Amino acid sequence: MTENHIYTITKKVKLADSIYLMDVKAPRVAAHCYPGQFIILIADEKGERIPLTICDYDRDEGTVTIVFQALGSSTKLLAEYEVGEAFRDFTGPLGQRSELIDMAREELEKMKVLFVAGGVGTAPVYPQIKWMKEMGYEADCIIGARSKDFVILEDQMKEHAKNLYVTTDDGSYGMKGNVNDAIKYLVNDKKHHYDLIVAIGPMIMMKFVCILTKELGIKTIVSMNPIMVDGTGMCGACRLTIGDEIKFACVDGPEFDGHLVNFDEAMKRLSMYKTKEGKQKLREKEGETHHHQGCECHDE
Amino acid sequence: MDVLKKVPIKEQDPSVRVRNFDEVCLGYDIDEAVAEANRCIQCKNPKCVKGCPVSIDIPGFISEVVNKDINEAFQIINKYSALPAICGRVCPQESQCEQVCIRGIKGDPVSIGKLERYVADWARENKIRPKAPDKKNGIKVAIIGSGPAGLTCAREMAELGYDVTIFEALHEPGGVLVYGIPEFRLPKEEVVRPEIDNVKAMGVKIETNVIVGKSVTIDELMDEEGFKAVFIGTGAGLPNFMGIPGENANGVFSANEYLTRSNLMKAFDDSYDTPIITGNKVAVVGGGNVAMDAARTAKRLGADVTVVYRRSEAELPARTEEVHHAKEEGIHFQLLTNPKEILVDENGWVKGMTCVRMELGQEDSSGRRRPVEVENSEFVIELDSVIMSLGTSPNPLIASTTNGLKNNKYGCIVADETTGATSREGVFAGGDAVTGSATVILAMGAGKAAAEAMDKYLKNIQV
Repeated sequence: MTENHIYTITKKVKLADSIYLMDVKAPRVAAHCYPGQFIILIADEKGERIPLTICDYDRDEGTVTIVFQALGSSTKLLAEYEVGEAFRDFTGPLGQRSELIDMAREELEKMKVLFVAGGVGTAPVYPQIKWMKEMGYEADCIIGARSKDFVILEDQMKEHAKNLYVTTDDGSYGMKGNVNDAIKYLVNDKKHHYDLIVAIGPMIMMKFVCILTKELGIKTIVSMNPIMVDGTGMCGACRLTIGDEIKFACVDGPEFDGHLVNFDEAMKRLSMYKTKEGKQKLREKEGETHHHQGCECHDE
Repeated sequence: MDVLKKVPIKEQDPSVRVRNFDEVCLGYDIDEAVAEANRCIQCKNPKCVKGCPVSIDIPGFISEVVNKDINEAFQIINKYSALPAICGRVCPQESQCEQVCIRGIKGDPVSIGKLERYVADWARENKIRPKAPDKKNGIKVAIIGSGPAGLTCAREMAELGYDVTIFEALHEPGGVLVYGIPEFRLPKEEVVRPEIDNVKAMGVKIETNVIVGKSVTIDELMDEEGFKAVFIGTGAGLPNFMGIPGENANGVFSANEYLTRSNLMKAFDDSYDTPIITGNKVAVVGGGNVAMDAARTAKRLGADVTVVYRRSEAELPARTEEVHHAKEEGIHFQLLTNPKEILVDENGWVKGMTCVRMELGQEDSSGRRRPVEVENSEFVIELDSVIMSLGTSPNPLIASTTNGLKNNKYGCIVADETTGATSREGVFAGGDAVTGSATVILAMGAGKAAAEAMDKYLKNIQV
């Protein structure tokens, strides 16, 4: 019914159990997006608007790479799409690009940056670390995952990070422990100095990273993934308390100074359609719940 | 029949309609329409036309209804308005054409809106479509936003032979007509989509999912994609909140969010994936049309609903008809009441709202009596959801990404009142993006005026 490009899937890779990577044809988005931004896609006529942080893009091919975990009904439906098929809608880029992109060269050259990627949050970290390398800057990276099978994009990260550290909760790969154990190891034991940490992962992970980095006195940027509807500033569902201000993640973010984010409120809001209260207030029967899932939001 | 009274309009019974999302108003049939049209006295100097922001030849189309030539009546309206089935439903006729109707001096004014609706519905049912112009000039014009302002501007420009493309940020064209106004006032498939299809039948292209300022900039549209002029009709989409404690609790929504979930995402229909929290006891804060829409939506989703408004009934900004419908449907009103705090339970959900009673004090600069708090009048309403309907502001995105485009301190784009010309050459603007939130028909009027100015501008630069 409209003069749109067709958002065809040109590549699909299963990265881990229920975690998928897809390249989607979306020339307008690919031409304008930067690391840190996100897109919204709708699978079919009755689908939700699903926000996903951009994992990579190819301006020449006009494609955008997304990574998602198929957990809720909407993301499970996405996983059923194959190469050659197309999504109904795909729009963006949304939100602000990473503040690294707009920093002065002399500032970035001096800056020691550590990226902390949790679970599916590895995907949105990837374009940032890739951008750093391509611009000639060095950065370290920690990937944290539940177990070996859930470590994604390791080769790509290795290629672009100066040093890559992997931790798993169960010790099945890399260091045993969570990302905070790795941060403490690098900063306290190895005496690495970092000026900036960029942490992207489940909200609970970002919360605890921020508690630690505040103690360590290291500025920390996080990428927030609250519930959204339109993603253009219209609905206010994604509002967050940042310091003493209310911000909309979709237009003011998604990246914020992690030490100013009210994570407890954000986590409660994220559970709005998933908690017992939320379910009761939905007309859906118990069991069939509506999940909102961003690409990096679920690790539990 | 009492000639001083309007022919009554059929409506769904309130007790039935609160359980469905079907249209409340059922419209006239031919006999009723002719009887109502006969009430028009065909003034030589018709005030109603001056009361209409798009100057529809109202006596002209009404006289064709009297003749039962509904096709001709439609052709007359169609010269002036691209969206008559929509306007017939959502225009505030009582403060425009019908307010100045001579019949209204003694008795009811002619039911102009309902007649317009009848004619437009008849044309749609009889598949009468406007025709694309034979001659095209090939000059490319971009319209940003597919709401009432953009659709009207697009239609006018297409009629003049321009090659028109509308860019829409959301996945469905229509703007506030699809995300804001509920199904029970303005059916989407039956009414909105066919009128948008009529605009497309004029040769207008619509590209959805393009967020101008993000997916492409106005500078790129003009410098790289060959658009010679641009009209910005991006509306007023940013919701306001009160800034009171507890406003970020689970169960507090902007009216925009609530209505977008229900209207655009069709959350009221279980076969769609987008969820909506229905609540058992819902308060809607605010007194405008959007507040009535949110309240009546929540009611249909099964909640007990109270509208909380800080002034008295006389100051309610909503149309009288909407307030009347809301009351019929059992919506409660707590007037002269203002929220102070939203009370939150240990899990982060709304459990109530502390309010304070207000009384009207001195007139303020707008001439309205200012509500002031009554001392020691605080009380608590038990609730599980709150919908904030406090008006909206324009989205600053376009102004912040377009070279040389000025906006004012409220985020509204600065544009000439009569032509819509902005501070940037070749860029025009109109509707809520310029005025802040107003009505569908005023936005249409602005789109129409801007089209005329754009045509003049483009002809000048061709010479």
